[in-house]
Amino acid sequence: MEAIGNAGSAIGILSKDGVVLVGEKKVTSKLLQTSTSTEKMYKIDDHVACAVAGIMSDANILINTARVQAQRYTYAYQEPMPVEQLVQSLCDTKQGYTQFGGLRPFGVSFLFAGWDKNYGFQLYMSDPSGNYGGWKAAAIGANNQAAQSILKQDYKDDISREEAVQLALKVLSKTMDSTSLTSDKLELAEVFLMPSGKVKYQVCSPEALSKLLVKHGVTQPAAETS
Amino acid sequence: MECVFGLVGDGFAILVADTSAVHSILVHKSNEDKIMVLDSHKLIAASGEPGDRVQFTEFIQKNVSLYQFRNGIPLTTAAAANFTRGELATALRKSPYMVNILLAGYDKETGPSLYYIDYIATLHKVDKASFGYGSYFSLSMMDRHFHSGMSVEEAVDLVDKCILEIRSRLVVAPPNFVIKIVDKDGAREYAWRESVKDTPVSSA
Repeated sequence: MEAIGNAGSAIGILSKDGVVLVGEKKVTSKLLQTSTSTEKMYKIDDHVACAVAGIMSDANILINTARVQAQRYTYAYQEPMPVEQLVQSLCDTKQGYTQFGGLRPFGVSFLFAGWDKNYGFQLYMSDPSGNYGGWKAAAIGANNQAAQSILKQDYKDDISREEAVQLALKVLSKTMDSTSLTSDKLELAEVFLMPSGKVKYQVCSPEALSKLLVKHGVTQPAAETS
Repeated sequence: MECVFGLVGDGFAILVADTSAVHSILVHKSNEDKIMVLDSHKLIAASGEPGDRVQFTEFIQKNVSLYQFRNGIPLTTAAAANFTRGELATALRKSPYMVNILLAGYDKETGPSLYYIDYIATLHKVDKASFGYGSYFSLSMMDRHFHSGMSVEEAVDLVDKCILEIRSRLVVAPPNFVIKIVDKDGAREYAWRESVKDTPVSSA
């Protein structure tokens, strides 16, 4: 629980035409090479992605098991795994470590964003104890309570994906410790349906993210839109 | 000897099976239902070793309902067919089930469908299929008379043609058949085609 409170935060917002995940990368040292790929967002299957807050070594194990579960399901049924089942299987693993002595639980919270044919777009949040729930908007990591309360105020039903991106960036700009939002501290990923009807997981490039930040006016904290 | 066949029509799928329980040259029973209702919108017809047939179809049925109970959503017909195939394939190299399966179902998204799965775990999505000695005749009849988008009446008419052909051309033709249908309203028994009734046992 401690580890999650200090980890970079992540926000997920459910919109009518997609799910948006935004994460804050903690820049621990100037000397640290920032990885080119994403470090908070992971694709689990073609139709599910997750954002992480907590101990990364633990998260990597869990993400690996989630990917294995998803592929096992596809192997058995030749169909993508329903999102809630995937979340549930992972939370079962997490719960197992709270049950028996001698082992430390996984210090990780997840946000899962996905789509399936039964329930459409979905957003789930899970904590180290193995609890999970479906949310319209959720936050994990540092300052998650502050972020959660802003989300509660500003979230509207039938929000569009573009509005969801804007809201997520706005919330993050307000709750992050650092003064200004820049694209190298952020990660943005979306799950949506392409016109062909296929599910698409798309990570926003740093260039596109910079443009988005300027467009929504959250780059300078002074120029914040209220 | 065994005759199991089925076809897909407009908004429904139909399965037919003989109802003879045979051992060696003896007929033990002529009202053995070989088409199981898997769940509300799925039918599974099986031919082969009688013990394996009952064991395996029940195993699949229980797993399908366990899935539905655990997850609150039913399996699609395609998923159930792939699951069945997977179970047959894993058993194939250990202790194989000698069963051939026709799985018919109806899904909201995809409509009616029919899957052919044989004992060596071949899976095909088909519009018409047949197993057993009856297949020589029923396949020919369906090749000649089947067309896509058949109505229930047309399909039952074709089924009756198949049964007639089997009865008139097959030396070891079974006397009775059961016909089941699955459509948007669910899976159900449609009719029996009986030429022999079990002789009633006189009370002592």
